[in-house]
Amino acid sequence: MSTEIQQETETADEQTPEQIREEVAADLSEKRREQIKEDLNSAEKTIQLEVFRYDPEIEGKEEPRFDSFKVPYHRGMTVLDALIYARDKYDSSLTFRHSCRQAVCGSDALFVNGQQRLGCKTQMGELEHPVRIEPLPHQDVVKDLVVDMEHFYDQMEAVEPFFDPDDLPDGELEEQRQTPENREKVKLSTRCIWCGACMSSCNIAAGDNEYLGPAAINKAYRFAMDEREGSDRKQERLRIIEQEHGVWRCQTQFSCTEVCPKDIPLTEHIQALKRESIKNNLKFW
Amino acid sequence: MSQSYDRGTVESFGRWLEFKPGMWAWILHKLTGWILVGYLFTHIAVLSTATQSPGMYTSTLQGLEELLIVRFLEIGLLTVAVFHILNGIRLLFVDLGLGLGRQDVSFYVSLIMTALITLASLPTFLGGAL
Repeated sequence: MSTEIQQETETADEQTPEQIREEVAADLSEKRREQIKEDLNSAEKTIQLEVFRYDPEIEGKEEPRFDSFKVPYHRGMTVLDALIYARDKYDSSLTFRHSCRQAVCGSDALFVNGQQRLGCKTQMGELEHPVRIEPLPHQDVVKDLVVDMEHFYDQMEAVEPFFDPDDLPDGELEEQRQTPENREKVKLSTRCIWCGACMSSCNIAAGDNEYLGPAAINKAYRFAMDEREGSDRKQERLRIIEQEHGVWRCQTQFSCTEVCPKDIPLTEHIQALKRESIKNNLKFW
Repeated sequence: MSQSYDRGTVESFGRWLEFKPGMWAWILHKLTGWILVGYLFTHIAVLSTATQSPGMYTSTLQGLEELLIVRFLEIGLLTVAVFHILNGIRLLFVDLGLGLGRQDVSFYVSLIMTALITLASLPTFLGGAL
């Protein structure tokens, strides 16, 4: 046994740096060859997009319809890339929101093949063809893929989504320290990019316009669970979330959690706030 | 200016094939709940014959049990009740914040257990009837 190990070590030792370099290069070039092959194959491939079109301001386009676009596919192509191609190449009037292209700005939440997804985070290669792209359901459409987000923002603001501690630190540039445990507790909730996918997927929010919705409740969770805010502030936050159209509307369908592009456990946060609000109201007298 | 209009199948149940487990669990829980509420009325109607006379209650039950369709309805009732109970337990765990990451698995488990319990009940319900 030990002789074998010795032998192996010896063989490894025998390899000169040049040999190792060559080996690595061969391995890399193999991978590169595969990638080039894949690129060549996909170069001939086009993907058909079925894009929802609607423009209430132009005569003859007031009726919603679907336009087809054939887009050349390449490895790594996202839904947003495909839409940009279709707009630049075929129809400059095709309207959709986008900005950062890296799942941070939350502008391009779309209804792709029957599910709320971020256009810039969804790979075309992973979707069934033709790819059907629609504006977010349960929101009014302004034009093509652009929906009116006003109501969503109103609900977000209704939970007062800002940090509001009782005391400020002495020095102007002093940090407001939080324990690592508490940070861990709210960590996932801080990921929200306000894209509105969860709100659009929620069946309850669709039927009840006053319901705060998963995104706003998640935002409320982020601050209600923050240990640095005072107890009066927490009471005020709980008052907002336990109102009739607050957390209790959630019927745990898990749709929001399924579609969240940032993988925030929204239902879990809503349930946690339900428990928090019960604990807050329990009285033994 | 945004406008509201009917987007056809976009927002309808026509997309049921795309529903996720959590949504199915919710739909089935509602459905079984309403069926159990409906059954309650039948249950009370049958029980109320006992207020007339013990004989009437016995003959009503015997008459019902002789009908094959009643045996099948009873199997259906058991299936509905068992699923509602098991998914109810799943929802209790969801409310307690336990296993939310595996809520789809727990839904499948409640479906499988419902099927097994229903199958196991068949000899009892159909014994002597077929």
